[in-house]
Amino acid sequence: MRTRILGFAALMAVVVAAAYGLFIVPADLNQGDAQRIMYVHVASAWLAYASFGVTALAGIGYLWRRDLRFDAVALAGAEVGVIFTAFAIWGGMMWGQPVWGVFWQWEDPRLTTTALLLALYVGYLLLRRLTDDPARRAGRAAVVGLIAAVDIPIVHFSVIWWRGLHQGPTFIDPAKSLKAAVPMLFVAALLFMLTAFTLTWAWLMIRRYQLARLESQIEDEVRLGRIAAARRTVAIPPPVAGDEPTR
Amino acid sequence: MSELRRAATVAVAIARKDALSELRGRQAAGSTIFFAALVLLLFGFALGPDSRRLADAAPGLLWLAIVFGGLLTVSRLHQLEADDGALEQLALYPVDRRAVYAGKALAGAAAMLVLGALLLPVVAILYAVPIGAAWLPLVAALLLGAIGFAAVGTAYAGLTVKLRAREVMLPLLMLPILAPLLLAGVRATAAALGGDPLGELASWLQLLVAFDVIMLVVGAGTYGFLLED
Repeated sequence: MRTRILGFAALMAVVVAAAYGLFIVPADLNQGDAQRIMYVHVASAWLAYASFGVTALAGIGYLWRRDLRFDAVALAGAEVGVIFTAFAIWGGMMWGQPVWGVFWQWEDPRLTTTALLLALYVGYLLLRRLTDDPARRAGRAAVVGLIAAVDIPIVHFSVIWWRGLHQGPTFIDPAKSLKAAVPMLFVAALLFMLTAFTLTWAWLMIRRYQLARLESQIEDEVRLGRIAAARRTVAIPPPVAGDEPTR
Repeated sequence: MSELRRAATVAVAIARKDALSELRGRQAAGSTIFFAALVLLLFGFALGPDSRRLADAAPGLLWLAIVFGGLLTVSRLHQLEADDGALEQLALYPVDRRAVYAGKALAGAAAMLVLGALLLPVVAILYAVPIGAAWLPLVAALLLGAIGFAAVGTAYAGLTVKLRAREVMLPLLMLPILAPLLLAGVRATAAALGGDPLGELASWLQLLVAFDVIMLVVGAGTYGFLLED
């Protein structure tokens, strides 16, 4: 019930923040309406990083306590994080096309880092699908999530360096354009959207966690059912000889 | 202290065993190196015949060939044990798991260094890149890259060797992790070949050192969990 209230609140917040960002805040002088993408883009990028942080911490928690509930949290973080990462990249590309003139700007370290982030956690989710045993899956996933989380800062740092030493930035710095002259309206729109997205994120995380717990319950029941069925076949003697099934 | 020495003995013994089996059944290592050289030849077809363009792209192509060959190299690290059902014995050894990891990583780094050192002259010949004067920083970059690759590869090969689709999963998991290594290796190689006019060589080598240290620590810390599952 509480989760349902949270979901409703998240929905209302998204509607209000979207209306505010679309109709009340004026369009940016330089970038026009494309700048409005920034509200959802920044919000989803920040939540993507938060999700992967949750995944890494939950992975450490699992390796420490061997409790599958930690693994369910890690799964929720990775799956929700991948969605927000993909959304952030998509928003960035939609913004980049009118403002930079290209979908993909290799000189933007954030874009390159985020693309690698997506690759890292898609791999994480694929790995999970390839392991059937829940405890093994949780252990392997925890290690991969941990290595990925350690790698993210190195990736970010090296990409910034790569661009910095290579050639200076030639694009409009999004941070600067947000801090430009008439800031209050823009900042308010961003804050509204951040709040709305964070509520949505919390609701998604809780729901995904609950779903993961239900899934593992079913997994357990199926396994127990198989063991029981195997016992039954052992207990009951096979049918009379000569009564072999046709092949 | 004696514990550390014991761990070092274990690591060296495991690395020696891997190196010996690699040397005696030479075909796998040889074909990996041949494959990587073939990749370099194909890059020539893809980007040539303009020799200046090839020379410009040479650092990147060298490191891509190292990465492709390296994926095959590290995937072999646990393959012998897995094929012979000896992975359980390795897991049951009454020694520190970190020593086992160090031994595997040592063997992997040595194989990667050999791969890199053999590909370097191939690049020099195929793409007409003069490496004579820059050999010291080049070898340093190759050595640091080999260590980092083996640090990540040992952990991930130990993980994927038990998986169903390991041929796909090893590159899929490793390549994004290796992005900083590839980047730093390429930039360091380019700087070394170009005479380092911007003085950036040292920074890229430092980045490689940082990557190596971090990944060795994480790999050693998590390898035990992978071995026992």
